[in-house]
Amino acid sequence: MLDIKRIPIPALVGIVLTALFVLAAILAPWIAPHGNGEIVGDVWEPMSAQHWLGTDNLGRDLLSRMMYGARITLFIAVLATALSFSLGAILGFSAAVFGGWFDTLLSRLVDLLMSIPTLIMGLVVLSVLPSNLVTLILVMGILDSTRVYRLSRAVAVDINVMDYVEAAKLRGEGEGWIIFREILPNALSPLVSELGLRFIYAVLFLSTLSFLGLGVQPPDADWGGMVKENKDGIVFGIAAALIPAAAIASLAISVNLVADWVLNRTTSLKGGRG
Amino acid sequence: MSSPIVKLVAQRIALGILLLLAVSVLIFAGTQILPGDVAQAILGQSATPESLANLREQLGLNDPAIVRYFRWLGGVLTGDLGTAMSSGQDIATSIKGRLWNTLFLAFWAAIVAVPLAIILGLIAVRYRNGWVDKLISGLALASTSFPEFFIGYVLVFFFAVQHQWFPGISTVYDGMPLGERLQAIALPATALTLVVLAHMMRMTRAAILNVMQSAYVETAELKGLSAFAVIRKHAFPNAIAPIINVVMLNLAYLIVGVVVVEVIFVYPGMGQYLVDHVTKRDVPVVQAVGLIFAAVYISLNIVADIAAIVANPRLRHPK
Amino acid sequence: MADKHPKSGMLLDIRNLRIEATVYPPGEPPKNIVLVHDVSLTLEKGKVLGLIGESGAGKSTIGLSSMGYGRGGVRITGGEVILNGRDILKGGKEGFRKLRGREVCYVAQSAAAAFNPAHRLMDQVVEAALLHGTATRAEAERRAVALFKKLSLPNPESIGERFPHQVSGGQLQRVMTAMALCSEPDLIVFDEPTTALDVTTQIDVLAAIKDAIRDTHVAALYITHDLAVVAQVSDEIMVLRHGRLVEWGGTRQIIKEPRQEYTNALVSVHQIEHEEQKPGTTPFLAVKSITAAYGRSHIKVLKNVSVDIYPGQTLAVVGESGSGKSTLARAITGLLPPEQGTVTFDGRPLANRLAERPKEDLRQLQMIYQMADVAMNPRQTVGTIIGRPLEFYFGMRGRERDKRVAELLDKIEMGKGFVDRYPAELSGGQKQRVCIARSLAAKPKLIICDEVTSALDPLVAHGILELLLGLQKEENVAYLFITHDLATVKSIADSIAVMYRGEVVRYGAKSKVLTPPFDAYTDLLLSSVPEMEIGWLEKAIKGRRMASAGN
Repeated sequence: MLDIKRIPIPALVGIVLTALFVLAAILAPWIAPHGNGEIVGDVWEPMSAQHWLGTDNLGRDLLSRMMYGARITLFIAVLATALSFSLGAILGFSAAVFGGWFDTLLSRLVDLLMSIPTLIMGLVVLSVLPSNLVTLILVMGILDSTRVYRLSRAVAVDINVMDYVEAAKLRGEGEGWIIFREILPNALSPLVSELGLRFIYAVLFLSTLSFLGLGVQPPDADWGGMVKENKDGIVFGIAAALIPAAAIASLAISVNLVADWVLNRTTSLKGGRG
Repeated sequence: MSSPIVKLVAQRIALGILLLLAVSVLIFAGTQILPGDVAQAILGQSATPESLANLREQLGLNDPAIVRYFRWLGGVLTGDLGTAMSSGQDIATSIKGRLWNTLFLAFWAAIVAVPLAIILGLIAVRYRNGWVDKLISGLALASTSFPEFFIGYVLVFFFAVQHQWFPGISTVYDGMPLGERLQAIALPATALTLVVLAHMMRMTRAAILNVMQSAYVETAELKGLSAFAVIRKHAFPNAIAPIINVVMLNLAYLIVGVVVVEVIFVYPGMGQYLVDHVTKRDVPVVQAVGLIFAAVYISLNIVADIAAIVANPRLRHPK
Repeated sequence: MADKHPKSGMLLDIRNLRIEATVYPPGEPPKNIVLVHDVSLTLEKGKVLGLIGESGAGKSTIGLSSMGYGRGGVRITGGEVILNGRDILKGGKEGFRKLRGREVCYVAQSAAAAFNPAHRLMDQVVEAALLHGTATRAEAERRAVALFKKLSLPNPESIGERFPHQVSGGQLQRVMTAMALCSEPDLIVFDEPTTALDVTTQIDVLAAIKDAIRDTHVAALYITHDLAVVAQVSDEIMVLRHGRLVEWGGTRQIIKEPRQEYTNALVSVHQIEHEEQKPGTTPFLAVKSITAAYGRSHIKVLKNVSVDIYPGQTLAVVGESGSGKSTLARAITGLLPPEQGTVTFDGRPLANRLAERPKEDLRQLQMIYQMADVAMNPRQTVGTIIGRPLEFYFGMRGRERDKRVAELLDKIEMGKGFVDRYPAELSGGQKQRVCIARSLAAKPKLIICDEVTSALDPLVAHGILELLLGLQKEENVAYLFITHDLATVKSIADSIAVMYRGEVVRYGAKSKVLTPPFDAYTDLLLSSVPEMEIGWLEKAIKGRRMASAGN
């Protein structure tokens, strides 16, 4: 059904780049020229045949670190997105179908959480929580699930008032049939493209937290953390910090291109950012 | 004539105040009730039980949470934001200058970004589906994918390091002349502008397009009005409320951008202050600054809603 | 302008008009389609030409071409449009701007959307006249007030001070007509100006438009899908189908002696032979004194409503929007539990709430909706849609189910090949047929039909009605037929309930309900239904005026 020639070029570029990043992340331990923490040269060596991307602030191979960084970045972002998505979608659908106090309570809670910028709320809770991966994923996932909740609830509410759902209710169908057979198949396409956008947001949010020193803790580093490690070089004209930053940007653009394409094929529903 | 408007606006403001109260509870709960002990966090894992108990006593951590909340809220309402644990300084005093700095930075970013976004949005609509429009949407897509620090460091790299036109670190001090101050914030303000510009433009474009596709615009075209007159007389009055809405939402988004941008440029504002004290786990500061950020964010959202209410002819001229 | 030109002679001469548009089907390269194939027409000054056809006939597109306007990427690619002796297609953008709002004006279907919500009505009414410099502001306003009076708008002196949302839909449509007339154009394009209105409002607006056309000697293109309506106002009628001319002639000839088969079908569309059945002795479903309201509101949408339904018969519930007829259906199905009153089925009361009804009760009451598109899950095939009630109520599976689905498809006159199709691949009429099959699958005693033909073109609707009547004979199923269209009611009902503001104002066997003496509302309703009769409008208005004078 899906013909490669039919995929527009931007989407194709997005798919290829995303796949490259994912491959680098998965295969890092086997294809990275050096270890993650291994010091192999001088501080901030320029790009060379030996170190394709140069070395970092401690003299570690930047290319190897980028690959391991991809691993951490993608790992956390994927888990946080999975959490925010399952939490948000399940609660959103349930709120739409069951309605009543359950819906009111959840929706007001989400309104409350969304009345504070995600980053600010994230900083507030990270100021007291222990710094580890589990905390990070939980905080990112829960804060972002509010957006998924809003979207899936809105989509489900729209579908729930359609005559075909009413027809199913009049027939006497149970909630399971209504959610899984009537609503879900029709809600899938807006949700799938939202998945891409939420993933981008997770990558950006994680990078920002790490850049601020509140995300992944050294000696491990995701891309945002690597920007932080190398940012002092910028004033000396050393662009090492720009490499992980550019990687984040290009990953986000790639996924965006794919998500945009999926969205254009379906509907115009979109969640917000921030 | 305007009684329903006054009522709606009053309702919206009351709702905003209620929301702010709820947010204060949330921020307080977020820092006090979640697992993790503030005293432990301050003193570190190696602290002795006695020193922990002493600090708890000193911070009033042994009182029930609700008592502590109202004590804190009472302080906030009377302008007493408490004392920073890490430095022992009065938080309100430290914040005053920084809040001013942050507002100064955000103000100049907004002054540039808002008109630019609206003009570019209009151009995108005028040449809809043409290459200008595609270029603008392409840039918008790109810039929503850029992390703030990417934009920030690229600016520093090119305009502060390679060409030394502007300082890469934005130092400001009291009594600094406006001209110098503006030069100091040139790069962070540009970074902030770029952060919100694309999104604001894309939303402006959508808002105007929505109006342009309405039946009354067709009516105006069928009266023989020129394209410009159609926009000025018929589209603009109806597009203004959605545009104000877009602007306000994006100014609210500036708040998030400001945190990162201030850190990049080591700018002495609220954002850097917040990040510093999150790292130091200085809870009273985090609470106070978090609340201020939330208050600004909520206020901007209220302004957006009020603009929509006031601009609605159905409400201005009730039946 | 009317004074500068002689009152007779050729005004508009469209020759071999060809209109195309580019469509972008999802996942396919853009396609060029032809909307109008070489259509020619002429219109003399002061005359009215009716353009009639089903949706997709290209009638609005042709109408707008007289102003050089194409909606959303529609292009005029061939032919000439000669207005007042010159080909306007050669005038370019400037030329179009000069004639729009000056020589040709437009009246849209939905005035509510066509007026700018941000400006007062008067400013919008005089805008075109001021723009083209045909009048000073004072003159234009004087003219507008005179037109408001002529169009029987209430408070003609002050209505211009109002904003669009402060005026009702029927009034707004008349203000839009005044807006078109205010610049004293030579031609007005009326694009379905009364279609969105209730039937009793439609007649007033129609009469106002007709008077205004006659008194101002303006020429008009009157676009509609309703032949009876166009017969009242037009001198000539042009029948269009799929962008091609079918027949063009004088109004009398078209409605009395149509030459083309398609025109004949349009003319005789409402004539279905149906002999009224006498009510049986005991109704199987009785609605007793039902009162209902939405939410906690105190406004009752249904007030003390009682009706009976007999096996194998049709009860038509007729009324205008807001009369509570759809709410009655919701109360019977249990979607909106009534506050007072009961629904009895086979002599025992039905549970008020849907959730408390046993499966067997649900099976006996099925429903068909107005919009067939949204009444079927777009992700299910026709086979699943029709098969589900079989599985659900009768536990049919596999081959047995498929066989029954095929039988049902046969009953609705659709072949077996449709089993694997999705709703989006069906035409409007086919969709409604599948919905009918789905309700029949449950073998119900009663099917509630909620405006099932309102969204369909007349000929398709005709087919659906005939199908429903045929199925009633075969399956002995009863219908509760909700509609605003009295012509439909006359075709299929055995008994009728007329609803007005939540109450049943007249109820009984069809022959009794449709025989005088009438109550005031039924009289108004019946006299408002356009008949395919030249001069009907004048008669109806005269009759109504006498009736209202007699009150």
